[in-house]
Amino acid sequence: MRLEEIRRILNCEVLSGDEDLEQEVVAGCGADLMSDVLAFATPGSVLLTGLTNVQAVRTADVADIKAIVFVRGKLPDREAIELARIKGIPLLATRLTMFEACGRLWAAGLRGQPEQEQPQNAGSVRLHTTV
Amino acid sequence: MPGASVFTQQFEVRGRDFANAGRASTAIKEILKEIGIPPATVRRAAIAAYEAEMNVVLYARKGTVELQVSPREIRLLVRDEGDGIPDIELAMQEGYSTASEEIREMGFGAGMGLPNIRKNADEFRIESVVGQGTELDIRIRL
Repeated sequence: MRLEEIRRILNCEVLSGDEDLEQEVVAGCGADLMSDVLAFATPGSVLLTGLTNVQAVRTADVADIKAIVFVRGKLPDREAIELARIKGIPLLATRLTMFEACGRLWAAGLRGQPEQEQPQNAGSVRLHTTV
Repeated sequence: MPGASVFTQQFEVRGRDFANAGRASTAIKEILKEIGIPPATVRRAAIAAYEAEMNVVLYARKGTVELQVSPREIRLLVRDEGDGIPDIELAMQEGYSTASEEIREMGFGAGMGLPNIRKNADEFRIESVVGQGTELDIRIRL
């Protein structure tokens, strides 16, 4: 799903990275706990979060998160916006709650991980099927 | 000789320095990317480094994160001066945390830090002396 679609579906304000909204994200992740993002997010995802400090952006950078949507009308501080600019991570903000925002993106076809990848146990053999 | 380093860099980490928390790990990530390590491996090392660095910031007085890269592996040595961990087995359990409300409000302290490090490492050793500090040895094979 393109970031521009996400912006439209969630009626987002774009806080930084206006020029990057043609980028595709492969999946979505909703979390306020940064360790959960590190443990469970798929690389190349969009992160929906209510955490607005600079750690949200650092965590996104470390976990290869492509863009962040801040939910519940919360806005990040200046430091977070500045770091996101440096790291090239677009920041968006919506007034919707986490539940509502995740639900709308899921209904529009976005999933927690790319369609063809099912959850699997660490260390198992990865099988790829072409459909 | 196994483990002969071709690259070593050490980063200082200060406890409670929230403004700079994560800088060492993002620098490590940049270095590994520049060296040409595959992205999935870079991500594992960056996540392990970040969780370890945050532990120093959140719980210790100060510490260091040392990155060593050899042709065989990425090694992260994280040493801190702090209270130490009385029961490591308990601390390794997912969801176990001694974090304060302040730490949780920052999005950390979910009790996933050490389990996340173990998950992303091929080898993980942790030693702690109560009242002195903790040492992590994280290895990721190349």
